[in-house]
Amino acid sequence: MPQPIISFSHFSFQYRAQKRPTLKDINLDIMPGERVLIAGPSGSGKSTLGSCINGLIPSSFPGEVQGTLRVDGVDAPKAGIFALSNHVGTVLQDPDGQFIGLTVGEDIAFALENDCVAQEEMKETVRHVSSLVGVESHLGFAPHELSGGQKQRVSIAGVMVDQVKVLLFDEPLANLDPQTGKQAIELIDEIQRRTGTTVVIIEHRLEDVLWRSVDRIVLMDEGCIVADMHPDELLSSDLLARHGIREPLYLTALRYAGVTVRPQMRPAQASTLTLSDAQTQQVRDWFLRAPVREENAEKRPLLEVEGLSFGYTSERRTLQDVSFSIDRGEMVSIVGRNGAGKSTLSKLICGFETPQSGVIRFEGEDIGAKSIRERAEKIGYVMQNPNQMISKTMIFDEVALGISRRGYSKEEIRERVEETLRICGLYPFRNWPVSALSFGQKKRVTIASVLVMGPELIILDEPTAGQDFRHYTEIMEFLRSLNDRGVTVAMITHDMHLMLEYTPRALVFSEGRLIADQRASQVLCDPKLVERAALKETSLFGLANRCGIVPPEALAERFIDADREVRAHGC
Amino acid sequence: MAAKTVLNYLPRRSVVHELTGTTKLAFFLLFTFAGMLTYDTRVLLGLLAVSLLAFRASRIRLGEIRFMLVFMAVFLLLNNFFVFVFNPNQGTEIYGTRHVLLPLPGRFAITAEELFYLLNITLKYFVALPVAILFISATDPSEFAASLNSIGVSYRVGYSVSIALRYIPDIQRDYHSISQAQQARGVELGKKEPLFTRLKNAAGILLPLILSSLARIDVISNAMELRGFGKHKKRTWYAQRPFARNDYLALALGVLLLVLSVVITFWDGNRFFNPFL
Repeated sequence: MPQPIISFSHFSFQYRAQKRPTLKDINLDIMPGERVLIAGPSGSGKSTLGSCINGLIPSSFPGEVQGTLRVDGVDAPKAGIFALSNHVGTVLQDPDGQFIGLTVGEDIAFALENDCVAQEEMKETVRHVSSLVGVESHLGFAPHELSGGQKQRVSIAGVMVDQVKVLLFDEPLANLDPQTGKQAIELIDEIQRRTGTTVVIIEHRLEDVLWRSVDRIVLMDEGCIVADMHPDELLSSDLLARHGIREPLYLTALRYAGVTVRPQMRPAQASTLTLSDAQTQQVRDWFLRAPVREENAEKRPLLEVEGLSFGYTSERRTLQDVSFSIDRGEMVSIVGRNGAGKSTLSKLICGFETPQSGVIRFEGEDIGAKSIRERAEKIGYVMQNPNQMISKTMIFDEVALGISRRGYSKEEIRERVEETLRICGLYPFRNWPVSALSFGQKKRVTIASVLVMGPELIILDEPTAGQDFRHYTEIMEFLRSLNDRGVTVAMITHDMHLMLEYTPRALVFSEGRLIADQRASQVLCDPKLVERAALKETSLFGLANRCGIVPPEALAERFIDADREVRAHGC
Repeated sequence: MAAKTVLNYLPRRSVVHELTGTTKLAFFLLFTFAGMLTYDTRVLLGLLAVSLLAFRASRIRLGEIRFMLVFMAVFLLLNNFFVFVFNPNQGTEIYGTRHVLLPLPGRFAITAEELFYLLNITLKYFVALPVAILFISATDPSEFAASLNSIGVSYRVGYSVSIALRYIPDIQRDYHSISQAQQARGVELGKKEPLFTRLKNAAGILLPLILSSLARIDVISNAMELRGFGKHKKRTWYAQRPFARNDYLALALGVLLLVLSVVITFWDGNRFFNPFL
């Protein structure tokens, strides 16, 4: 019987600044060579669990430890971060933030430098490891010359030079476009197979991780392990839903159709799932029971973009000849890989940059000559990171900032701010300092601070990045309620679920061009388009094909309608 | 987006670029030391010639460092002005004679001695400046930390400096997007506003900028510790290059210049060269 490589025994941890323990009586054994996914909603303690394994706890985040944790034979809490760094390699979620060296080669060598390895040997190891992850031809490149996926490869190489026994990935998919995320999971799988390393992945995006198989899923909630079982078993239970984790879409669809999911059907991956003829018939029947969709016939263009081109340098165009229009009351997603021109587009619309050619019309009027401030009266822009937007310490002041210079009386300002705070569900917090809020609440504050100015159109950059399922649903339902009040919403996103579930229409960008402008469900059921724009096709596409539903996007639409029904009634 | 930095690495093929960072740093220190010790105009002119030759050899064009040159010129003018205001007769005290060129009221008469003294001070800066610029603009940033470390600076300090340099463009980019978002909320940063309002509005950018920079530091320091940074007293450097023949030659030249400058300067027992005798 082999010894476990990671072994928690009656392990508890409490951060120094907190009143209650974040991890409670954890008992968990992970065997050498195992692939384990640790899932759980935000605040469940899954990241804390990871920080215990790599030694950030208690070295960087002090607190009180109870019970024992052994990692590769080392008493982890006592050994410290340096001793553990030779046993556990950690890849953090932000591939930019953890790029330490100035070039790829230096970054991979960083751990070796710290171990005083001689230069000759260092270069040899770097060559070897970089070829394992496929960046050997980029050793002299600087971080800004690499794509997100390449940066992540470099991060992985950087921890593999130590010949660690455990690879720990902390939310590896958080900052990647869907296609790169898929490739990252493939790479992790391949490295694990080739080296036999133990792999621990911390992630709440279950369906994306399960693109390749894992041996076990450990489900955490409120500091405890609530499930530790084979993926097939876990996905056949109702535990995921109970603990705020999104199950793969194809399984939700099966449940809506009345199919009972059992472990024998091997539901963990879409490719292994077996469906009997009776079950596919069930799906088809459910599909045909679809209620009739009502279409809003009235169409009044709000924003029209015509022949828009822009480039930061004269040789490379970031946007080329882009034309589209968004109607009043629409909810649209803007998708494509990083650097495809999505953010540039929103900057041009808001007036942060000036296009080289092309026209932008708002309510039929050319706004090319208008200043940032004038445009902001009609078009609100919400940045991805709320910490980059919030400039006041108090919530009320922050929301009031945008209208404080419009010549309103104090009373009028108070009324408008309070009304906005009510809409955003922040009224009870109006006298709180911003620092007391959670990330999701801060996001709401930034939306409120834009909404208060009374815009007709709001553009949001990655509104749900880094949010778990519950917060995702909260933010998106909130945006939908704004949309119902008549605000037009456009969102830049990497989240395929968001795109499918909330935006009927998607604008797809690739290399500065608008390559598709159609229904989101159509985009995600078009393998060619998905490939070109670095998206990921929805698993409903595969399910539709297996059940013989044509066109496949019709199943996706049926699913969204059913899903909306369920969410609206909260069951 | 192209973030412009005031001083940055300007890569190209040249004799100066091929020297190791350590050599350039050591040469810079020796050379500046020589320049600071002496007030001997002949020595200063000699050093200036070497300095300009080295700059020439680096193939860096003046246009590329214009900002730095203008900044330096303004600084020097101010410096000379204040040296003059505080003691207009320093030159006379040093050189022992007094040739009035322009009689101004009070003690502010302009003398040839004072002008000559100011010329020497200016020369000292001009000797050091090109070499300093070379160290920064012709040293691969990858070698920066290694070269600081090799002359005895702790590698932690060296690495902090090089990481700080590296984050300047990122922070500029953050600043840019934060200020755009602020402008979209009606905060004016333009010249039309009164100074006080502008300062207050700029402070509104500072808070988010500081918070996001702190978050950045947090991530990078965790990432560094996780990969063993600070484990040992020493560390090795992937990007450090071995010394070549030219490095030894450059160092020898640096030492030689220092010795020569000291010998010539103190030959007659005085740091000043006196043309007025």
